Amino acid sequence: MMRRMTAVAANTFREAVRDRVLYNLVFFVLLLVASAPLLGQISIGVQRVLLINLSLSAISIFGTIISIFLGISLVSKEIERRTLYPVLARPAGRGEFIVGKYVGLAGTLLVNTSAMTLGFYAALLLMMGGLGRADGNILIAVYFILLQFLVLIGLALLFSSFSSPLLSALFALSMFVAGWFTADLRGFAESNHGLQGWLAFASSYLIPNLASLNVITRVAHDQPIPAALVGYNTVYALSYAAATLSGAALIFSRRNLK
Amino acid sequence: MTRKSTIAASFVLIVCMIASWIVLPRAEAIFPTNSMEDVLFISSPEFVKRASLGYSGLLADIYWMRVVQYFGRKHQRDSLQYKALAPLLDIATTLDPHLTVAYEWGSTFLDQPPPGGAGDDAAAVALMQKGIKNNPDNWHLYMTLGFIQYLGQHDYEAAARTFAEGSETPHANPALKVMAAKMLTDAGSLETARFMWQSLYDQSTDKDLKRNAELHLACLVVDQEIPKLQALVDEFQKRFGRTPSSWNEFIRLGALRGVPLDPLGEPYVLQSDGRVVVADFKKLPFIHEGKPS
Repeated sequence: MMRRMTAVAANTFREAVRDRVLYNLVFFVLLLVASAPLLGQISIGVQRVLLINLSLSAISIFGTIISIFLGISLVSKEIERRTLYPVLARPAGRGEFIVGKYVGLAGTLLVNTSAMTLGFYAALLLMMGGLGRADGNILIAVYFILLQFLVLIGLALLFSSFSSPLLSALFALSMFVAGWFTADLRGFAESNHGLQGWLAFASSYLIPNLASLNVITRVAHDQPIPAALVGYNTVYALSYAAATLSGAALIFSRRNLK
Repeated sequence: MTRKSTIAASFVLIVCMIASWIVLPRAEAIFPTNSMEDVLFISSPEFVKRASLGYSGLLADIYWMRVVQYFGRKHQRDSLQYKALAPLLDIATTLDPHLTVAYEWGSTFLDQPPPGGAGDDAAAVALMQKGIKNNPDNWHLYMTLGFIQYLGQHDYEAAARTFAEGSETPHANPALKVMAAKMLTDAGSLETARFMWQSLYDQSTDKDLKRNAELHLACLVVDQEIPKLQALVDEFQKRFGRTPSSWNEFIRLGALRGVPLDPLGEPYVLQSDGRVVVADFKKLPFIHEGKPS
């Protein structure tokens, strides 16, 4: 089973790496990172903060775009090109196919994010003339961004397992936006009773909490990130991603592909 | 597409683009719109924060950049009104409550009297109080607030309280305690002012803040030197019954060793009416003495 999933994942990774759009996005992020020192020059006293905020936000935004738009096309493209059928004709289950696709895209994003992070550290090194201990803290923010991608890929796959690419993109993007307001939803649930309150409460747990995965501004100001948060966020993001992935596998295994 | 039609299409493209560039300013001049500088597209800081979808740090930097550009443009034109300055700073510091540079510099922009700044002490104090609320352990913010209360509002008791509170924060600069004491004993003197700016100069790590303190120190030197030079000129007028024509007359009399220079190295100007002024007031914006009439 592992071999079959690895084969699908490796194929997905290869396919993504061959995609020119991906390179353009990574190049654009690196261009943004390179422009940060110039932007800092037209401001006062925020050169380092701006470099960190701009670079990590760019990594997060472009990674999110890649997660959602490549995520929704993982399954639909295979169906459209009819390349899914020979894969499923072999002894590879639909669940294995979904997990393989997920791992492949997650690997692609890991490589992309690593490349963008290296570019960012190079810019930081050039600007500051050296790296301090506080700069290592930034890696925690990058790790949380990666966790965010894992959640979003899972959601994109879940929606694409039963819906058209356009609707899947719409759903995934909506979840991404709503993911920043889960605390508000919980507040809304507390101030409302009955069905309305209950629905808001349930939604606040169904929607991914992306706010807790964002520590960009904190690391930009060298504020320490508690180890407990790293642990909780890891467990939360992996559990959420696993849940969405299981949902996607369940739905896709029952989908009529004729 | 044939070669001929390619050339024709390229020609039309270039000519039409140039024509549109020529016509557009004329069309815009018919119904001129207001400058966008004072326009706040979204005035609610909380809404901007929510709409930033977690990228509030980046947006705060962008707003801070807008503050600097806005202030710089207005400052360059010697503007008397800085309507959007306080709201822009409020948005930037709501988006990133730990952006201490926005509190420190923003309050300076707000506090300086026009045309150097907005001349809004109350807004400067409110911004600093917000900064202290969000960063209670940052003694630099207490120091800046104390300075505004001391120099802008001349509220020496409030300044003393602020300096004293700041001195209680972790790793606080010991000078804050001295500042608090000076506010209660000798706040109005030039000596205290010199001590305050020298302390700020010594403690600042930001090169721009350091330069600002240096400029204030230079202005204090001018405030001390001008009355002395003016006294010399008045004495001359009393003795000879006329206005001295130049500093050379004082040099010949042995009252001066050379042409007196301001801290920037420019000679002080002796006007025909006998007033001593600085050569370039814009380079010494904080002086109280020697402003050209």
